[in-house]
Amino acid sequence: MAVLVIADHDGAHLRDTTLKVITAAQKLSGDIDVLVYGEASAVAAQAAGAAGVRKVLTAESAELKADIAEAVSALIVSLAGGYDAIAIPATASGKNVAPRIAAALDVSIISDVIDVVAGDTFVHPIYAGNALETVKTADAKKVLTVRPTAFAPVAATGGSAAVEAVAVPAVTLKTRFVSDEKVVSDRPELGAAKVVVSGGRALGSADEFKAVLEPLADKLGAAVGASRAAVDAGYAPNDYQVGQTGKVVAPELYIAVGISGAIQHLAGMKDSKVIVAINKDPEAPIFQVADFGLVEDYKTAVPALLKALG
Amino acid sequence: MKVLVPVKRVLDYNVKVRVKSDQTGVDLANVKMAMNPFDEIAVEEAVRLKEKGTVTEIVAVSIGVAQCEAILRTALAMGADRGLLIETDQDLEPLAVAKVLKAVVAQENPDIVLMGKQAIDGDNNATGQMLSALLDWPQATFASKVEIAGSEALVTREVDGGLQTLGVQLPAVITTDLRLNEPRYASLPNIMKAKKKPLDTKALADYGVDAAARLTVVKVTEPAKRSAGIKVDSADALIANLKTAGVL
Repeated sequence: MAVLVIADHDGAHLRDTTLKVITAAQKLSGDIDVLVYGEASAVAAQAAGAAGVRKVLTAESAELKADIAEAVSALIVSLAGGYDAIAIPATASGKNVAPRIAAALDVSIISDVIDVVAGDTFVHPIYAGNALETVKTADAKKVLTVRPTAFAPVAATGGSAAVEAVAVPAVTLKTRFVSDEKVVSDRPELGAAKVVVSGGRALGSADEFKAVLEPLADKLGAAVGASRAAVDAGYAPNDYQVGQTGKVVAPELYIAVGISGAIQHLAGMKDSKVIVAINKDPEAPIFQVADFGLVEDYKTAVPALLKALG
Repeated sequence: MKVLVPVKRVLDYNVKVRVKSDQTGVDLANVKMAMNPFDEIAVEEAVRLKEKGTVTEIVAVSIGVAQCEAILRTALAMGADRGLLIETDQDLEPLAVAKVLKAVVAQENPDIVLMGKQAIDGDNNATGQMLSALLDWPQATFASKVEIAGSEALVTREVDGGLQTLGVQLPAVITTDLRLNEPRYASLPNIMKAKKKPLDTKALADYGVDAAARLTVVKVTEPAKRSAGIKVDSADALIANLKTAGVL
């Protein structure tokens, strides 16, 4: 039994996510290959150094770099014959292609795996994490998306896997890449940060969101997140959204500022190690999951925090 | 231009989810059911495209128990033209739903299948992608903006790190994200009118599709509860506690 893990990367760096998916894959098999597609060369060397990797496969093309689902799916389907399972990070990119691959292989998709019980049995959250479903698949080949926050990373160094370029299948694409509008930030990535500072609708405007949260995030070396309400209101970009349909995070420290704590937000952060809630409403549901709650207006609480942090 | 909008009947998002004590699933007896919120966004987008004159016909389809008719009537009240209920008591997996929808597409020949990116029960985020694979159509998932330009849809997508815009040749599958639009409430006159709009009912067996389950549910459990911690009375006290907890 061999597993193909799809690498999560930005063209220069292999994301931590990949190392966590490798851990999940190790519960299925010791034979783990990692596929790096898109802009692969720098990342392939990093993947080859990760502990427990047998081989690194690379595939490069403009369409793969643009993450066009038809191209990525065709590539992975072309490699699927050599594997019993394909493990894909449960990121927006992974969720975009994984079901397409599964359907092309005529197998079911098992989404957001948080535990591997046996080679054919997996646990995943349903109903925004309000229930955990254990499913056993009858499919010989498994296609999984893996929720990275549920697994510890393997060591990033110590491995010495061979790197091998694979053929990119010719596909007549009916999709063209038009443009990207990526949020550029020097802060750590939301999914990988040790500390996350998140803001809610209480902040009232995009300017206030920045003015209040950014100094605190800078001080703590934190990533900035937002509730769905804050994103919907235009205070923060979509990529900041923490929750059921946004990013799922599990940092060491999560600080929720002016977030009431809707179920769909809690689904995205309740596995954080320590949760702090700052909200002037003592009845806000966020306090039910917070380790430390400060009932105070963020307008006084956040400056006081900054001062106390020195 | 014709749009097919699949709509799913799910537990209303305001209802508290209760896991059954025998661990066989989530308790859906006597609770409020509603249209999956992402599907509402898909219906709304289709109606807006029709109001702009781009789309001429909207067909809403639902697969499930007889009560899915109410969900289809909601779609009709919002502005869909016709409903199709494919009745089954079986709880279909995304792959099976995609296979049934493929058969519906073969009959209806839509230019766009516009659907929610995920249903809020299974949270799989899979059926649209699976359908486009089976049809060998392009896909544009997680849409936050859709523009039709001739035989192409320009779709802005919510992706890791920001937004991406793709041009997909029609026919295509487009799945909706939260910020595509805010669905309207159906007005009373439209609710009345919807009662008279055509709605066909078929049986799952009419489509001759292999809808057998591939997955067996071993159990459904409640996640470990996180208990509330303590309230602190100042920023200084908060920092002191975080230092003790070892996270600062």
